[in-house]
Amino acid sequence: METNPKVCCSACWHTPEKPCPELIECLLNGSKCHDAHAHSESVESRLARLRRDEVDHMVVYVGAGTCGLGAGARKTIRALRSWLARHGVEAEIVEVGCIGLCSAEPLVDIQLPGRTRVAFASITEEKVAPLMDAIAAGRIPHEMVLGQHRNPKQSPWETVPYLDEHPFFAPQKRWVLTNCGLIDPNRIDEYIARGGYRALSNTLKANTPAEVCNIVEQAGLRGRGGGGFPTGKKWKIALNTASDQKYLVCNADEGDPGAFMDRAVIEGDPHRLLEGMAIAAYAIGATKAYVYIRAEYPLAIERLKRAIQEAQQYGLLGYNILDSGFDLEINIKQGAGAFVCGEETALIHSIEGKRGMPRPRPPFPAVRGLFEKPTVINNVETLANLPALLGNGAEWFSAVGTETSKGTKVFALSGKVSRTGLVEVAMGTTLRQVVMEIGGGIPNGKRFKAVQIGGPSGGCIPEQHLDTRIDYESLKTVGAMMGSGGLVVMDEDTCMVDVAKFFMEFIQRESCGKCIPCREGTLRMLEILKRITRGRRSEKGNEALERFMGVLYMTRLAEVIKDTSLCGLGQTAPNPVLSTLRWFRDEYEAHVYERRCPAGVCTELRTFEIEPDLCEGCGLCVSKCPTAAIVGLPRRIHYIVADKCIGCGSCADVCPSHAVKLAEEEPAAATVAEKAESGAVRSIFAPDVFEGWHEGKSLLRMDDDQ
Amino acid sequence: MTVSAETKRSGATESAKTVTITVNGRSVEARQGEMLLTALKRAGIRVPTLCHLENLFPSGACRMCVVEVDGFANLVPSCACPVTEGMSVKTHSPRALRARKTILELVLANHPDDCLYCVRNDNCELRALAAELGVRQRRYVGERRQQKEDLSSPALVRDPEKCILCGKCVRVCEEVQGVGAINFVGRGSATRIAVAFDEGINLSSCIYCGQCIMVCPTGALREQSHIKEVMDALKNPEKFVVVQHAPSVSVTIGEEFGLKPGADVEGLLVAALRELGFDRVFDTAFAADLTVMEEASELVHRIKTGGKLPMMTSCSPGWIKYVEEFYPDFIENLSTCKSPQQMLGAIIKNYFAEKQNIAPEKIFSVAVMPCTAKKFECGRMEMLHEGIPDVDAVLTTRELVRVLRMRGMDFKSLTPQVADTPFGDRSTAGKLFGATGGVMEAAVRTAHYLLTGTDLPDLKVEAVRGMTGVKQARLHIEGKDIGIAVVSGLGNASRLLDEIRAGRNDLHFIEVMTCPGGCIAGGGQPHSTNLNAVKERMQALYRIDREGTIRTAHGNPAIKRIYQEFLGEPLSEKSHHLLHTHYHKRDVLV
Repeated sequence: METNPKVCCSACWHTPEKPCPELIECLLNGSKCHDAHAHSESVESRLARLRRDEVDHMVVYVGAGTCGLGAGARKTIRALRSWLARHGVEAEIVEVGCIGLCSAEPLVDIQLPGRTRVAFASITEEKVAPLMDAIAAGRIPHEMVLGQHRNPKQSPWETVPYLDEHPFFAPQKRWVLTNCGLIDPNRIDEYIARGGYRALSNTLKANTPAEVCNIVEQAGLRGRGGGGFPTGKKWKIALNTASDQKYLVCNADEGDPGAFMDRAVIEGDPHRLLEGMAIAAYAIGATKAYVYIRAEYPLAIERLKRAIQEAQQYGLLGYNILDSGFDLEINIKQGAGAFVCGEETALIHSIEGKRGMPRPRPPFPAVRGLFEKPTVINNVETLANLPALLGNGAEWFSAVGTETSKGTKVFALSGKVSRTGLVEVAMGTTLRQVVMEIGGGIPNGKRFKAVQIGGPSGGCIPEQHLDTRIDYESLKTVGAMMGSGGLVVMDEDTCMVDVAKFFMEFIQRESCGKCIPCREGTLRMLEILKRITRGRRSEKGNEALERFMGVLYMTRLAEVIKDTSLCGLGQTAPNPVLSTLRWFRDEYEAHVYERRCPAGVCTELRTFEIEPDLCEGCGLCVSKCPTAAIVGLPRRIHYIVADKCIGCGSCADVCPSHAVKLAEEEPAAATVAEKAESGAVRSIFAPDVFEGWHEGKSLLRMDDDQ
Repeated sequence: MTVSAETKRSGATESAKTVTITVNGRSVEARQGEMLLTALKRAGIRVPTLCHLENLFPSGACRMCVVEVDGFANLVPSCACPVTEGMSVKTHSPRALRARKTILELVLANHPDDCLYCVRNDNCELRALAAELGVRQRRYVGERRQQKEDLSSPALVRDPEKCILCGKCVRVCEEVQGVGAINFVGRGSATRIAVAFDEGINLSSCIYCGQCIMVCPTGALREQSHIKEVMDALKNPEKFVVVQHAPSVSVTIGEEFGLKPGADVEGLLVAALRELGFDRVFDTAFAADLTVMEEASELVHRIKTGGKLPMMTSCSPGWIKYVEEFYPDFIENLSTCKSPQQMLGAIIKNYFAEKQNIAPEKIFSVAVMPCTAKKFECGRMEMLHEGIPDVDAVLTTRELVRVLRMRGMDFKSLTPQVADTPFGDRSTAGKLFGATGGVMEAAVRTAHYLLTGTDLPDLKVEAVRGMTGVKQARLHIEGKDIGIAVVSGLGNASRLLDEIRAGRNDLHFIEVMTCPGGCIAGGGQPHSTNLNAVKERMQALYRIDREGTIRTAHGNPAIKRIYQEFLGEPLSEKSHHLLHTHYHKRDVLV
């Protein structure tokens, strides 16, 4: 009974060329200009069907976002199909986006007519048959259940917990992700049935562009891509810059390691982004928009393309949208995978077909950007906030959050945490809540060490600051930043020097190479970190001296890179080092002074010993040792020659009698860190050493500056 | 004749409003919106730069010009910071100095320490900056970039290890010259500057203009040296070594020996070349006169017979290659005249050789040029005569300076001498070739004579003089309306050609010089070249013209003689054989 979807009903004479200003209203409430009564009932049932309030056969929803597919959703779907075919059961399989709990993928929801939808976790291929068999037998296999969706129009399953009471979902406030994992991202009707495009429709009718800018500014929405610049303010600059052409660019070049919020939004609810883009473009007077998206997101690109096409067919994009006189053309520009292209001016260059290199600002893109025209660049999440913001008003939006940061923030939670995935929480939620409640804490009984927030530009936050509230300003006070929303949790097995090294490696590789401090400085910082994590055994010539010099100059180098780099990438490049140095100085000192890695991660600093009592002289370790560092006669006790050992641990891995062990450090009378605390020695990393340094007060006098 | 000039000047974007800023505690006047660096420079405060290029959009790459500005959390690059009223700046605070020094130390950590052997050891900006900032130790050590020299091209050599990635060459190549042969390649510490597909320069669209060498702060770019070939020829008793010097060299080379910019040292230059052992010293300006005769005749011929118009000059070899690569549809518009260097080369190895009874293969013909592209030009297939090149070696002004220094010559105290006959006698019109507009002015003088039989009352053609990149005028001679344009800098040429492609048809004759300002700012000139020096050199050429006695090519007795004795008349068969050529579409990788 599908009517022509481009119009409200069969009597409608509107076409995309002759758009109806009331299209969304008519689709939701029945036609206004025809015989409304005749259609109202079918509208009701059509909507109920699209919202899946009513289904007449079994519906199986499979989480088929990139995370789901990675966990085997494709095989799950195949297994489902064959089970259905084998049992002759008629059911609809719907591929949905990610609901957020990536660690429980592949997620399969099953909805039977009249009953609520139940979500099942980790339904890999082989679990399909047991699950479906149980369902067919009218039973809910409780061991697989994640929870049931709440819907007053359906009768709930008793004894099945509600999903919104699940510890992962209960503390969340899902505005941006509200549809993700629930609706079919490939059907615009489902988005419209859940209130989509209503905000755009109303805005075009009721508000001038300047009013839209005002509403967004009053709501206190700030850029979700990292900088946190007030969105309404940015729009106003572009709106007030006279030009024959303006552009809106959606930055979907999500490059931070461990961040995948944008991908999930586009894969799970692409029309939310498009609606947001249409609102933003209207507000700044842009008629052309680009989505700059990384080519590594093929599924997101495919869904976005389809969504744009559908929206055009409905007249929600393109010429004279909803008869408002507002035109918008959205193009997709695929990025070739350069991290720096997330920077506004580099992104602009990339769209223009030039090398993605930042340029100095001013002029700011809002004044002179893409093709020299005023351009607003907003992040996916920022834009995806707009439909709800405009739909519910500035007050509704600003009621949630803290003094300076309003609304919600989506985080990609990953690392050493029990539940990983996408979480959306109100601003002001503490990091502890996110990591310990939503994430379920650290698995395997390990101790929490730090959470890395904000990607390579951000910082690590230690246990003592876990109660920091999530907002733009609070995070800065602990040396981190909001960033785009990557949250990587680390446990006691993580070496913080190694973490700093990882991010430095990333940054120095991804630097565009334009400005000297970032290009050359990050390389030297990485080298300094590599030197202190390298064993003494592999040092030659005056490398030990170079290691020491590097340590001396590291803070100075970091400060200059921060202070002088051209773009945000360089200005924040030293953050991973500075923040780990700030909170985990003792670990650096253990590496530098004691030449050991407390977490046992830096292999070259590990020392292995063979316990004579346990060694059976089997010789397995000798055959595995890559550097011939183990000596011993057959059936006699073996020994490790410390000078030859590179700490790889192959011997420990193969020893059948567990005789090879990491050498316990001699319990030093006091670690250097402790001595520094007590004032017995001055730590090289102590901030005051460096303060005096620049004024020539240092005892070492190696600096000839002033 | 009347001339109506249509000189186009780009309007200044800065407002004339003055603002007051505080720099290091004192008040400084500045123009609203101008860059801080410009204001500081005017106030006599030196802030070092490595990537700054006048009149181009700041790139902000080197960060050497960072200063402290109140209200900014980070240091601010003064090259890219617009001045605002009340701004308070500290240019040499400990924080700014520490940052500059650290940045320089980072560059040096990735730079080969072979200053003693470097071609730029006496004028390297990096070395000077290291001295200025007092770098006395290798603070940062580590891996160093290792790359091979690119010796593939006949004109330019790239030593990527010495490159500090300031990007000036890239910007000049793309934004000024419109060529874009080089760009940044790779990311992070693997970033380098390369031509497409990491090939040699010889396979690129490079036109060998050498403007990249002129802006390079280090020894990463230099000319392909011909010093050894020239010295070998000079000490070979079998060779008869002839040298010609280009019009712009005599008004430039004095600067390198302590004379003021714009000093004309033609006599000293001739004396120095003789001292070096050249058997004959000729003046390329003679061949410039010859070019004018041929080219003016060609123009008149084209106008009268409905030939391809607008005709475009062909003196500048970079421009020729540019047309071959980027605008092959305009090859027919190029004058068929060879450049003065090649005309003289051809005359020497034919007319002169015949007259002096020397076998052409025994003659070693050297040209001293302000140009690197001339090195490429002399080896072009079109410029060979029965397998023998008309010109054997080209020394840039820079190389000649090196040779003179090597020979310990006290340039200033030499006794001026005059060039050898018959190709040492020139008109001042030929001398004007050294500046943008010079070819046009000389040609207009002769074309007027050819059309009317009389000389222009005042020989000066003001409309084509000066540094402006595009100069246009309309000439009214004998009821004929002739549109002329003078362009220097190939970016400007490209815009004009696009206009013509789009249908513009009011022009008859266009002079194009590859380098902005003409040969006086050529890619083979000394590294000390700056805008002021170029202006002085230009004025020197105008002065020579003003004070000269023979001011037209057709009035040059030596020219008359060569036509009488050898060539017959302009565009004669002999002329066509020796002095004219044709060019062809050139394919490059990109």
